[in-house]
Amino acid sequence: MEEEKLTGSEETSAAKANGLSEVNRGVAWDGCSVLLDINDGDRLVFSRLSPSASIKIGNKKCSLRPLVGCPFGSLFTVETGPSGPHLSRSAPSSTGNCVEEISKDEGQSVNEIRDNRSLIDNNTAQSLSSEDIEAMRSEGATGDEIVKALIANSSTFEKKTVFSQEKYKLKKQKKYAPKVLLRRPSMRSICETYFKKHPQRTGFMRVDTLSMLLSMANVGPYSDALVLDKLGGLVVGSVAERVGGTGYICSTYFGTVPYQIDIVRMFNLSSDVCARILQAPFSDLSPLQNAPSECAMSDPSDVRPGSPETAQPDPSNELLQDGDSLLDSRDNGDDTLTGQKPVKPGRKAPPEIVKSWKDNGFTSLIIAAPEMDVESLIMDLLPLLAYSAPFAIYHQYLQPLATCMHKLQASKMAIGMQISEPWLREYQVLPWRTHPHMQMNAFGGYILSGIRISNSNTGGVIEDKAA
Amino acid sequence: MTMMVAVDDAQKLSFKRPIGDGDTVIVYERHDCMRAVTVSPGSELQNRFGVFKHSDWVGKPFGSKVFSSKGGFVFLLAPTPQLWTLVLSHRTQILYLPDISFVVSCLEIVPGCVVLESGTGSGSLSTSLARAVAPSGHLFTFDFHEQRASSARADFQRNGLTSLITVTVRDIQGEGFPKQHEGSVDAVFLDLPQPWLAIPSASRCLKPDAVLCSFSPCIEQVQRTCETLRSSFTDIRTFEVLVRSYEIKEHCFAKSVSEEDGSPVGPPPQKRKQSTLPANKSEKTESNFSVMAKPCNTARGHTGYLTFARLTVLSN
Repeated sequence: MEEEKLTGSEETSAAKANGLSEVNRGVAWDGCSVLLDINDGDRLVFSRLSPSASIKIGNKKCSLRPLVGCPFGSLFTVETGPSGPHLSRSAPSSTGNCVEEISKDEGQSVNEIRDNRSLIDNNTAQSLSSEDIEAMRSEGATGDEIVKALIANSSTFEKKTVFSQEKYKLKKQKKYAPKVLLRRPSMRSICETYFKKHPQRTGFMRVDTLSMLLSMANVGPYSDALVLDKLGGLVVGSVAERVGGTGYICSTYFGTVPYQIDIVRMFNLSSDVCARILQAPFSDLSPLQNAPSECAMSDPSDVRPGSPETAQPDPSNELLQDGDSLLDSRDNGDDTLTGQKPVKPGRKAPPEIVKSWKDNGFTSLIIAAPEMDVESLIMDLLPLLAYSAPFAIYHQYLQPLATCMHKLQASKMAIGMQISEPWLREYQVLPWRTHPHMQMNAFGGYILSGIRISNSNTGGVIEDKAA
Repeated sequence: MTMMVAVDDAQKLSFKRPIGDGDTVIVYERHDCMRAVTVSPGSELQNRFGVFKHSDWVGKPFGSKVFSSKGGFVFLLAPTPQLWTLVLSHRTQILYLPDISFVVSCLEIVPGCVVLESGTGSGSLSTSLARAVAPSGHLFTFDFHEQRASSARADFQRNGLTSLITVTVRDIQGEGFPKQHEGSVDAVFLDLPQPWLAIPSASRCLKPDAVLCSFSPCIEQVQRTCETLRSSFTDIRTFEVLVRSYEIKEHCFAKSVSEEDGSPVGPPPQKRKQSTLPANKSEKTESNFSVMAKPCNTARGHTGYLTFARLTVLSN
């Protein structure tokens, strides 16, 4: 059997085609976008590793410089040094091992039955005061040492079950020895973070729903994907990440002002990929229009979605670090390794590309505009799709999709239609403690999917597309 | 030349790219009745709607409606990984769209990635993985069953995926992944009866922070897998993904005309045909026509649990 291994040069070209040029995808670089996970998901912050970037944990402000050059997935703790608090790379969490020890000891824990019948919650169990703890800290005690001391000085700790002790320890660790995990932003982490912390900004788009939209719309290499994204760019970024540096992503809009797609900038997409993300008003794409219309953007080659005419970015977006906005127009950290001037995603689509879209048709259509009238959107955008191209529409309400599906069936513009409601449940899998999570999200939206077909009954060869 | 996954611009779906000799088309009879057919002038397709000549299809665009000798029709669709999942021959139980799409997203696969899969099964997921890594990445897929590996290889060949997928006969549970993949892999997918046996080898193949996914129908398998994952992996999460479908129905109800209002606006309801849309807005507002939606009565209840984990990054 033939087994291929990518050679070094093939890997580099693979990485290039991946849209990441020579940058090692696994290591944080100067100026890259990162997702900081503080205390196992308690707090999630998007940031950019610029020279002035910092993060505030508790009451300590730490620079993010130590993160540059570290692999994504690295863990950091806050340590106090001579020049103040700083982030220091630390060993991976040991909680995994604790759980294993529990499973070995499970025979023992079953025999000595512990429960909480005699535990009284009156705040007298801990004999260390907050002053004692501060004193320890100023003497240079690490967070882990403080946690050990708290356990030793707790009168009720020994009476707890092993699981309860574990929970107690984790709780104290979060407070006195907070951990910062450096995560790589990707469609999954960006979608999950917004869904968890600010779902209204991304139209309550859940990660399984977004995954299905991408699959149903057959997003892949050489796609010419038409996207109507009113979720801040989450969909455009996800499509672009999946298409890579081939094909095009056309982010379209109605009216004269492009929709804001700033979330795209969190994806760390390379210049090659960003160059493929274009914006075009529907009026330019519509087959009734022959010449591109005048639009509010005067300079077609340097359009940015954050320009004054568009809706202003929400200044109170807590997901972005204070004073270190991802929307900073002075930011020039992209692609420092290749030395290229970074291409901003979302430049105006050049006329020759618009013409090719009209001649060939788009190969995918995704609509994610929960506030808009989905029926009129699909009637306008579906004719821009090539025949046999799939579409997927995300909406929060069932009735408009039902009406839409009916209309498409009656007008014979599409087949294979389905209204789907994705369902997602997460499980806790631990020895003796396996069960679904106590909290569950109840709703991830609806999707209307289908395939555009030619409703012409003529039996000839390729017709003029204008038919 | 088929274009299930385009590996160059000429293969992509387009108004200008007609059906040709040798193409695979998906023949759509009904939403629950489709099949893959390789176009070959001289051949015919016979089904309940009549006899269809392949030669009638050549030169038409994908997405066309084509007619049989007795006036019945079908649609000819361009093949995609989704449609392939619905039409492929099941040699084993397969994965469907909800699991497939969630796996591809959570494995964080992008073009250029190198992915390992075991077992290949019927190649349902493999086809979608190929799309996700294309055009420059690669899927190395392994199955211990020689005949099934062979069938999968034949399917991938027919679908134009051989530059993206390599199928190897190998018992991953017994032997682990080949050493040549160590340290070079962006994602691993396991669909094995005893995935914990493959985890040590997977952990050597994955790059740090890269994602592994294990799919298992039984919770006991999941528990054992998670236990084994804990020594080298972090961020271990287990999910279930399902989909609920809805059906629609139009509802026309008779409206009684109030005598005080005089004659109704527009034509009386009983003259309107059942299945057409109202012709103008005033008819619609007057109309007693609405579309109702309800969940379908049947659904897939369980396929398997999906466990994802990241290879722990060690601090040097």
